[in-house]
Amino acid sequence: MSTPVLAIDNIVKHFDITGGFLDQIKFKNGKFKLEKTTVKAVNNVSLSIYKGETLSVVGESGCGKSTLARVVLGLYAPSSGQIFYDGKRIDNLSHKQMLPFRKKMQMIFQDPYASLNPRKTVQRTLEEPLRFHNPKMPSIEINNKITEVMEQVGVDPAWAKRFPHEFSGGQRQRISIARGLILDPELIVADEPVSALDVSIQAQILNLLMDTGQKRGLTYLFITHDLSVVQHISTRVAVMYLGTLCEVAESKTLFENPRHPYTRALLSAIPKVGETVAKHIKLKGEVPTPVNLPSGCVFHERCVSANKRCKAEVPKLNTLEDGTQVACHAVEEKRDIA
Amino acid sequence: MSHLLEIHDLEVKFALRTGDIIAIDGVDLTLDRGETLGLVGESGAGKSVTGFSIINLISKPGYISKGKILFNGDEISSYPDKKMREIRGNKISMIFQDPMMTLNPVFTIGTQMIETLLAHKNISKKEATKIALEKLKKVQIPSPGTRLNQYPHELSGGMRQRIIIAIALITDPQIIIADEPTTALDVTIQAEIMDLLQELCETDNMALILITHDLAVVSQVTEKIAVMYAGKIIESGLTHEVISNPKHPYTIGLINSIPGSTKPGEKLQQIPGMMPTLSEIPSGCAFNPRCTEKKEICETIIPEPKKTDSGSIVSCHMR
Repeated sequence: MSTPVLAIDNIVKHFDITGGFLDQIKFKNGKFKLEKTTVKAVNNVSLSIYKGETLSVVGESGCGKSTLARVVLGLYAPSSGQIFYDGKRIDNLSHKQMLPFRKKMQMIFQDPYASLNPRKTVQRTLEEPLRFHNPKMPSIEINNKITEVMEQVGVDPAWAKRFPHEFSGGQRQRISIARGLILDPELIVADEPVSALDVSIQAQILNLLMDTGQKRGLTYLFITHDLSVVQHISTRVAVMYLGTLCEVAESKTLFENPRHPYTRALLSAIPKVGETVAKHIKLKGEVPTPVNLPSGCVFHERCVSANKRCKAEVPKLNTLEDGTQVACHAVEEKRDIA
Repeated sequence: MSHLLEIHDLEVKFALRTGDIIAIDGVDLTLDRGETLGLVGESGAGKSVTGFSIINLISKPGYISKGKILFNGDEISSYPDKKMREIRGNKISMIFQDPMMTLNPVFTIGTQMIETLLAHKNISKKEATKIALEKLKKVQIPSPGTRLNQYPHELSGGMRQRIIIAIALITDPQIIIADEPTTALDVTIQAEIMDLLQELCETDNMALILITHDLAVVSQVTEKIAVMYAGKIIESGLTHEVISNPKHPYTIGLINSIPGSTKPGEKLQQIPGMMPTLSEIPSGCAFNPRCTEKKEICETIIPEPKKTDSGSIVSCHMR
């Protein structure tokens, strides 16, 4: 296979939430000790994204999917691990060295109300990245570019002088997308781009994303919790649970034949229109905090087919015959999964 | 026998400096004991305002300008505030969207549950604690005894929503109005909460009004459905009828625009345009600028609700 557009290798991201010195003092076994509290947001995640595909990362809140997206873009520095863009390592670059890569990777955020500066007109929001990355670009060219991109996302270029509050949620998300497209990026990281929108508007924005993706040959890293959206737009899907990858598979394979017990439970929980009886798999307990990760497989406390091995040993991401990658001892041993 | 809840020609207005705007325009609904009703629509359709007006929680500048609401045959929409308190939170309870915002962070779960009971019932604190424990067990909270002394921040989102349901249940209400009860929760937790609500309705013969934008949830949980658009109910009937055989162009569009109804990778069917703001509702049928089947009559005359052959009630000139 060709080199992936983006490859991440064993990414770990931990956040220190200890606070001040006094918060670190803990009393244990009759002794005072200094101890740090860390949130283990992302643990040893490896993924590759190939040109032109849409890779969706799904999982419930707190599973580390947004953190992963931000690490990929360099908004957070990874605690360990490597990130490669077109085969070049980018996670250790200086700010200046990183600039040409930033042009190629753009992000679309969830909340179109929070992600646009209310004091800037659409024109200024859109021209800022252009002027920053191309300081010598003449104004006429900038304006042409803005007109072109606004037309592409379906916002009338005559509205360029307006402020964000004059637009509806759907329109604002179109403007956010325009800002993401204006530098002609190759990779777009979209973090829940349609979650804040109504169903009828959601369809419009998803169509826009798929259209522009095809026209410009974009590669998407799509972060979302909405599985029906995932099924619709993705080429491949990566399922995350508690900072760890459970399963990576072609979208079709994943929805037809989910392997990991967590994926199965997750898929069974999606309500479907027209379905009158809900028959979802019930999980035991709740998602543990990422501060104290369970030993072994992070899912074992809630898994119906867990045994001693799951409690002790962290499962590796194994590749099955059809290319699906699964991190589960039960699947590896061909145990019966309820 | 009269219905448990009847809403007749309800109209809610908001008095603004620029003039009154109509948020709810002639809504009729009935609900019987043990029935589950889904109120669906996009943001701004008026579904929450309808829910709030049932228990008279519309705050200024909003007010009920027309119509009446009957509960067990009594006109509760004309009750003075003091009398309404005997109904609100007692006979009719409400569950709100965000479990993080609904509970008071500085009181324990126990205090908040017992407070509700003591406000409505003349019982001792000891008895109230006993009932609180019972309700916590009912909503399947593990180790209910310890939860009573815990604060909301010690619990997860799903747990908090269970507590809120327990508080809503504590006075054995006849109707529960749930306003987007699972929108802030993850899918796996959403499925659990919905199961729980459904189970409670069956065992206690309680009626449920589920306000949501999620057609899939409604189709799984409710028996009846009412689809709202710009302050009006545009289609109502049995849920499985309306979902499998929608008649109004808006309902059809709404169902088609859900990603699950198109093949993966294909273009989603979309409804052009967006919901009008309440101050600029188009004349005639409010949906006409976005409608694909629009005729001249749609621009001038407001369609009356009609019964269709499948039994659902639709407001559309073309049906």
